[in-house]
This record gives sequence, C-alpha cells and structure tokens, in this order.
Amino acid sequence: MDYEIIVVGGGHAGCEAALASARKGHKTLLVTGNISNIADMPCNPSIGGSAKGIVVREIDALGGEMGRNADKSLLQIKMLNSGKGPAVRALRAQADKITYPKEMLKTLESTSNLEILEGLVKDLIVDSGKCSGVILEDGREISSLAVILTTGTYMKADILVGDTRRREGPHGEKPSNYLSDSLAKLGFEIKRLKTGTPQRIDKNSIDYSKTRIEKGDSIYHTFSFDMDPIYDVDEQIPCHLIYTTPLTHKIINDNLNKSSMYGGLDDITGVGPRYCPSIEDKVVRFADKEKHQLFLEPESLYYDDIYIQGFSTSMPYDVQEQMVHSLPGLENAKILKYAYAIEYDSIYPTQLKQSLETKLIENLYTAGQINGSSGYEEAACQGLIAGINAALKIEGKEPLILKRDEAYTGVLIDDLVTKGIRDPYRLLTSRAEYRLLLRHDNADLRLREYGYNVGLIDEQRYNKFLLKKENIESLIKELKSKKVTPNDNEFLLSIGTTEIKDGVTLFNLLKRPEVKIESLRVYLNEYSDEVLEQANIMIKYEGYIAKAMKEAEKMRELEDKKIPLDINYDAMHNLASEAKQKLKEVRPTSLGQALRISGVNPADVSILMIYLKRDYHG
Amino acid sequence: MNDTIAAIATAQGVGAISIIRVSGEEAINIVSNVFSNKNFKDADSHTIHYGFIMENGEKIDEVLVSKMCAPKTFTREDVVEINTHGGISTTNKVLEVLLSNGCRLAEPGEFSKRAFLNGRIDLTEAEGIIDLINAKTEKAHKMAINQVGGKASLLIKDLRNDLSQILANIEVNLNYPEYDDIEDITVSKIKDSMKNLDLKINKIISESKNGELLKSGINTVILGRPNVGKSSLLNNLIGEEKAIVTEIQGTTRDSVEATLIVDNIILNLIDTAGVRKTDDIVESIGVEKSLKLAESADLVLLVLDYNQKLTDDDKQLIESLKGKNYITIINKCDLEKKIDDELLLNKVYVSAAESINMEGIALKIKELFNLEKLETDDMNYLGGARSLSILNQVGDSVKEVNKGIELGFSLDMIEIDLKKIWSLLGEIIGESYEEELIDELFSRFCVGK
Repeated sequence: MDYEIIVVGGGHAGCEAALASARKGHKTLLVTGNISNIADMPCNPSIGGSAKGIVVREIDALGGEMGRNADKSLLQIKMLNSGKGPAVRALRAQADKITYPKEMLKTLESTSNLEILEGLVKDLIVDSGKCSGVILEDGREISSLAVILTTGTYMKADILVGDTRRREGPHGEKPSNYLSDSLAKLGFEIKRLKTGTPQRIDKNSIDYSKTRIEKGDSIYHTFSFDMDPIYDVDEQIPCHLIYTTPLTHKIINDNLNKSSMYGGLDDITGVGPRYCPSIEDKVVRFADKEKHQLFLEPESLYYDDIYIQGFSTSMPYDVQEQMVHSLPGLENAKILKYAYAIEYDSIYPTQLKQSLETKLIENLYTAGQINGSSGYEEAACQGLIAGINAALKIEGKEPLILKRDEAYTGVLIDDLVTKGIRDPYRLLTSRAEYRLLLRHDNADLRLREYGYNVGLIDEQRYNKFLLKKENIESLIKELKSKKVTPNDNEFLLSIGTTEIKDGVTLFNLLKRPEVKIESLRVYLNEYSDEVLEQANIMIKYEGYIAKAMKEAEKMRELEDKKIPLDINYDAMHNLASEAKQKLKEVRPTSLGQALRISGVNPADVSILMIYLKRDYHG
Repeated sequence: MNDTIAAIATAQGVGAISIIRVSGEEAINIVSNVFSNKNFKDADSHTIHYGFIMENGEKIDEVLVSKMCAPKTFTREDVVEINTHGGISTTNKVLEVLLSNGCRLAEPGEFSKRAFLNGRIDLTEAEGIIDLINAKTEKAHKMAINQVGGKASLLIKDLRNDLSQILANIEVNLNYPEYDDIEDITVSKIKDSMKNLDLKINKIISESKNGELLKSGINTVILGRPNVGKSSLLNNLIGEEKAIVTEIQGTTRDSVEATLIVDNIILNLIDTAGVRKTDDIVESIGVEKSLKLAESADLVLLVLDYNQKLTDDDKQLIESLKGKNYITIINKCDLEKKIDDELLLNKVYVSAAESINMEGIALKIKELFNLEKLETDDMNYLGGARSLSILNQVGDSVKEVNKGIELGFSLDMIEIDLKKIWSLLGEIIGESYEEELIDELFSRFCVGK
C-alpha cells in the first residue's frame, strides 16, 4: 500500500479533499498535472457571493480551508444584501489570484501526511468492484485504499474560440485525455458540459473616468470564524462598473455566426450553464435590452490583468478586439488574454451516493466539476465532504451526510445525486427550502459540532465555539429575565420606540422591529458583537424561524425512513414504470430522498412504503 | 404520519347516509370542537353519540358520531366516524368544517395504508392496498384536473404566474444584488398583488356558485297543463337513468320531494306528488300556486304537447316564465306535429313514452347552467372540499404576508409566505415543478458572469 487516500486533481475540491484526509491522519497523495496550478482560479477572481459565501462559512465551520485561505488573499470584501433579512446575507470577496494559490500551496506543503506529485492519471486500479489506486499516463501504478477524483474541467478538455477547437485545459494546460474513457469503460455515464470565461485586459490601458467605482465595505469581515482580519479596509482594491454600448451589440450581431456557440462550430455537445450566459447569449436572448452591466475586476496585486465579468464569449480573436474596444473606457484597452469557451467531461451525478462515493465502484469518490457542479465554492465543499467520507470509510465509520435543513452543502449534494443535472449546477438561495435556517451567521452553530466530531476542528477552535454558544444562551436568558418599566419610557423614546404602560421584558421589547439590540446594551452584561447579533436574529425572526423548523421537521420524518440498499424495485409490480425506472437509477436511501426525484410522486412513495413494510419490515 | 386525516368513507352519491371517517391523534379533539354533544369527548370508547355538527353557532347537520379509541380501530389510531344525512352538499360541508378545524384531507387509500403500516391489516394484503392506492390515485388525478372549472383554473394559473414573476424578481434581487439595472420589487407591489389575489379568489368562490348548484342539486319544478305527459316524463327519467330516488325528510328543504340524478346532474324535484298522482298540476293547485313554486325554483321544466296546438293555458304559462330558467320540453315528438313552436325557447323534443331523446334534457340543463365545463363526476365533491381547504390556507398565508409587511420585515422574509401561496395555488391546479422559479429567473433576467 503506497498511500491510504489518493486525490486526483489540485483545484478547490482536490485541495479540500487532500487536506481533510491528511488532517484526519491518513497518508495522502495529491496528484496534479502542474503543481504551480494548485488552487488555481481559472475564471473570476472572487470567492463567495449569494449562497456561495454561506458555503464558504460552512466549509470553515467544518474545518475546511477555503474561508481561511480567502481571508489571507483579500483584495476587497463586502457583505451582500446587508440591508435585507439575515437569511440572504453573504460575503463576497475579490481574492488575489497569486496569493490565494500560493497560500493554499503553503498550507498543503506544511500539512503532515500529505504529499504532492505531478502527473496525469489515465486509469484506476479496480479489483472486484473496489478501487485500490491509480495508473499514471507514464505507466506508474500507485496503490491506495480510496481514490477521490476532482478533475475539474480537465477531462477531455477542449478550448473553443470562433471556429477552432483545440484539446487543452485552462491556460493551455495539458488535459486529461484518457481518464474519462477509463471511467466510461468501468460503466460510468459520461456527460459533456461547457463553460466559458471572458477576456483579461491590462489595467493600465483603461480610462477609469468612464467607469463607476465599486468599493468594498468600510467595516471588517472575515469568512473564517477563527481568523482576525489581516487586511486594511482603507486599502481595498476597487472594482469598476461599465455597460455595453449599441456598438458592442452591433458587432456581436454582425458576427454572430463566427461564435463557436452560434454556428462557428457544429460539433458542440456540451451543455452550458444557464446562469453564466455568454455575451452573445445575452444580446440575442434579451434583444430589447439596450445595455448589459459589466464589472472590471482586479485579478491580483502582482500582475496587470483585469477580468471583464459578464463578457464571456467564444468569438474569434479579431471580433473580440472590436467588442472590447466598443466598451466605454476600454477604447484603447490591451487584451492580455482572450475569452474562450471550454468543453469537458463529467460523470452524471446520480451515479453517486450522498457520501459522494460512486455507486458503481466502492472506495471511489468524486467531487467538484466532475460531478456537474460549477463554481469554486461548490467544488470546495464537495471536496471537503468527499475527503471526510473517504477517510471515515477507511476508519470503518458512517459517512457524514449533511441534511437539507443543515447546510447549503447538503442541499447541493442532495440535488446533484437525487435530481441529476441539465446544465452545470450553481447554488442559488432558491434551491434551499429552509434558507432561513441556513444563514451566514449561524454556519458554526449548524456545523462546527460535526467538524469537531470528524476531527477537523481542534480543541482550541472548538472551545471558542462552545464559549460563543454559552454566551448566546446566557444572553437570551438575560433578555428574558430583565424588564423595562414605565420608568424607562424616556429611554424608550430616545431609542426610537414607543412608551409602555406595564413592565416588558427586554426579550419582548426586542421583538419590536424598530428596537436594535445595540440600544439595549446598557442593560446587559458584556457580549461580543456576533453573540448580540445571533440573539437578535433568533428573537426578531422567531416566528419565521419556528415556521421553517416545523416544515423541516415534517421533512425529516420521511428522511428518517430508510430504504435498504438491496431493495428490489423490479419485484414491485404495481409501482408506476416511470417511478420504478427513476428509483432504480437514483437508488434513494430514504423515502424523503425518493420523494424529491422528479417523476416520483407521493402515491409512488406510499406504495414504496407498503412494500418496505411487507418485505423489509421497515 | 402523526397528523389527523379525514375523508368521506362511503360511496358518493345520493345514499341514505354518508360516513365521514377521521383518524389520527387529534381525531377526538377535532370532532369535539365541532360537535354539539359535549359528552362526546370524555365518553367511553366504542360508543355512538347523537348531536349536531356546528359551525359558527349554526347547525350544519344532524348526525350520529361513533367514537373508537386506539388501538381497536380500523387504522389502530383514534378513529371517529360521523354519520351524516346523505345529501352530497351536507356531507361535503361537514368535511369542510373538519378540514378547517385541523384535519388534513386523506390521500387516496390512506386509511388502508395506515391500517397496514400499523399492523392492522395482514401483510398478505399489501398488494391489494397498493392496487387501491393506484386506483384511487388515478381517480384523484382525474379529479385534480377537473375539480376546478376551466375558468377558475385559468384564473388561478394567472394569479400563480403573477406570483412567479414577483418571486423570480425577489430571487434575482437576492442572488444578484450587484445588478443595479434590475428593478427592485417593492412592498407596495406585493401589497397590490395580495389585494388582487384576495379579490380574485373570492371571485372564484362566488363564480363556482353554479358548481355549488351542481353539488347540492337544482331545485326543479315540472309544469304543464293536463295530459301533456308530465308523469310519464318523470317516470321515464327515473327509469331510464336507474337513479336512486330518496325521500328527504326533516331537512329545511321541505318542498323537495325527490332527488333525481340525470346524467350526473342532481335535480331536486319540488311537489312531484302532484305530478305523479294526478298529472293535473294546473287544475289541482291552480296556476297561481304553480307559478309561485316556479318562482322559487332554480329550474322549470315546462312540458308541452307536440301533437297539439298551443292552448291559452300554455301561452299563459310561457308568458309567466319570462326571465326564469326554464326548458321547454316538447313531448310526444313521435306523433304528428301540430304545435307552432317557432317562438319557443330552450326547446327539447322528446317522447317520454317511447324514450326518444331523453338525454337531450340533461344536455339542455347543462347548457342553461353553463355546466358543460364542470365535470360532474362523484369525486368532484371531494375535490371541492380539498380545493376549498387549500384556498383557506392561501387566505391564511395572505394574512401572514400582510402582517409581515406591516411589521416591517424585509422582502426575503415576506417571500417565505409568498412562496407558500405560490405552491398552494400550484397544488390546486396540479402544477409543481421545482426548477420552475429558477427557469423563470434566468429567462426573465439577464444576469451572470
């Protein structure tokens, strides 16, 4: 046995998987095509965003690395939706594309039990249905107890520009040419997907007077629950906002047939993401829209590239030149990298268990874009879960499966393995049924216990968390026990609320929308801002939270009704054939999961319940 | 599975009695809350109690209620069975009262399913229960499609589409806050939408009055001078359709003497005794009284003789029916035509004696009440109760939305209740598709990197 766990791929999923495995004490190998590309950010230079920012917090709560690493490489950070309710707040940061990978590599290299090897994997060693290692393209065989594939967009990657298609990964990297064929030979259904990235332009060639500046927040934020800010709010690097012009639209319309996606290439099978449309798509599909918003985002302090968010395209280079120069402030812009679309192989995610182990081959796990997701954060959280579960498997323990009312990570994985995908999957707040429970502020309260139990959160971080929890409890107790009386009416008026006739507890006073918890600090013991915020949310939104919890509980009932793995759907004669086919494909582990499969309706689940009772005494 | 379910357990239609079964932890509490007999709650298990089902202090029906405590019951849960008077509308009303007091309408085959899962039914019977669920689901599915008339369903679809747009807009604001060229949804827009929703839903309820007529029956008077064939018409209707005729006594509808189902339409016949015994209604009770009866009826079946010219009596009857819902049944159409029928309205030519074109009468009634679109299948009534209970929940959520707005909660909180309304409306018209909102979002808003 060479290693206990091998992770194939060094992107955001691979890094988390390898760190989780090694930190749990398992001898781990990370195989990557190019060490200098570890934790690369081939697309936008940002971490977080709506829903995604909450996932970064979840990763941190569980003991993953993305949040801490982002905190070390901030160019700018802001809280989105800060004016809205607590459920939809999320951090979004511009992260330095040099610092982020550098810091991550430092962490990987300083982690014991973890080795990094440059090489490309062409096949898996599979023995009687169990994966026990990998075979490199140079023929070397490396054995292990489990393998985690995090190949990103590299399997049979094709870069598409205009009418050209060439076999290579992002930045001209070597693609993985053989692995997806090997997977297909093992019986996996392969799905071709597509994504794209915009041009990078020289920051010194932009006329900023024609742009609108977009700054970071003036208060400090961190993704990590344990990190103190290491940036200076006044030194944040701004982004800039511009809009497309009528000329831009004319150039695009005049050259439409030259775009790879609009006839330039006729052999495109990959399905592109709906939420990440190319500028061609935007101009064609929203023809009546006069202009489209674009953001100029800095990539790094150490080089001059500016990323044009919203301008991804697969037009040929000469058209791209015209397009870029039609933008205000970019008339003389120098293009440093052209935009491209990329096609790649993934495996259809219903072939996975909720632990991210494949159903077909034991001890083989997959995470990230190979599973049909998109986005750094989506990849990282899957990598973390795959790493944890591969390690737990070796340890002979039950996998960690987060429920839909516990984490966006749980929603994401459950969606992938239960519903499959049509286009690359992006997290949106609307995908969560109970988003009020899955907040930015309570990720630690939801998940840190799991992080501690699986061994990724040490005693020191755990004790800090326990202290916070205790403080929240005692604050709430204090709010319930302390009262204001009509004697305090003058004070009440001064904080913008109305007088009272009888004594009112601070708890009930806080239920008034206009009363802020900060105003009540004079009555309270000393508490940290985050403890005050937590109590405030729990009290102010108590009604809504209780409603969500009740709904979630109802769902849990069906979630707790387990379906045995060896269930024989073919023997269930009276099950509707569509439902039967879907159930056989997904093989849900609970009645709750079964109900979420499209094509399986409540009556089918009722029937399933009867069969379970009869045949499995469930 | 801990919630309490209720459904009409007997075959629907016009039977002597109907039974509503309630099962679950709260069965006894919920029934106690709507039952006039206050001894019921603490009474022994397996006993029967007399009283009234009440709603807002009004008597809904005179009933006998059986109380059966777990585990010696059909489902092994607490079970209450309410024996109501057979009328469909009354039985439905009782069911509606139960649903609005905390029961959930049972899914197809759910009582049997519970009985099975609780070990009451032998394991060998599993297949039978599955068949039952399948059969009932198919029927329920048909019902789901038909339960709301075409117009109402379109209206609900519209309301739901409005909401989809608002929801997609809220979602895009939340998920893409950096896009300042997308309009923010405002509280006043949501308020308007809620007002509109409330208005339209009330309209749907009032417009389904014809549907209500269909459920409770159309009060019908047969009119005609002597010897035009009123009694043979009645006998033919009964005989042809093999309908059950029930004498309904002790109800408020004293004048209703027989209930008759013709092609699934329920006709409550008024004062048929006169028709049947003497076939001489005009003479025996006088034109004045018959017209008075016709006045209060929903429908008049005016019978004329094809084989005779219109008499003055005929003409007087026709004149007096102006502005009423009536059908002109021109009987004895197998004989030689002597009637001058050009100016007559809503004509149906039949021969009651020879059974010619009797089905034409039902068609005409449907036309007259605009009932073609309302499916008259028995299951409809169950569906009606279901829709109504969902509409009530919609009303509750509308209140929650308004409350949230009033308390100054942000839109993402308000949206929780908006989403609930959206999915409830989807439930009524049988539409639900998880990716619907996400599709809506990306098809309407141009966002993304």
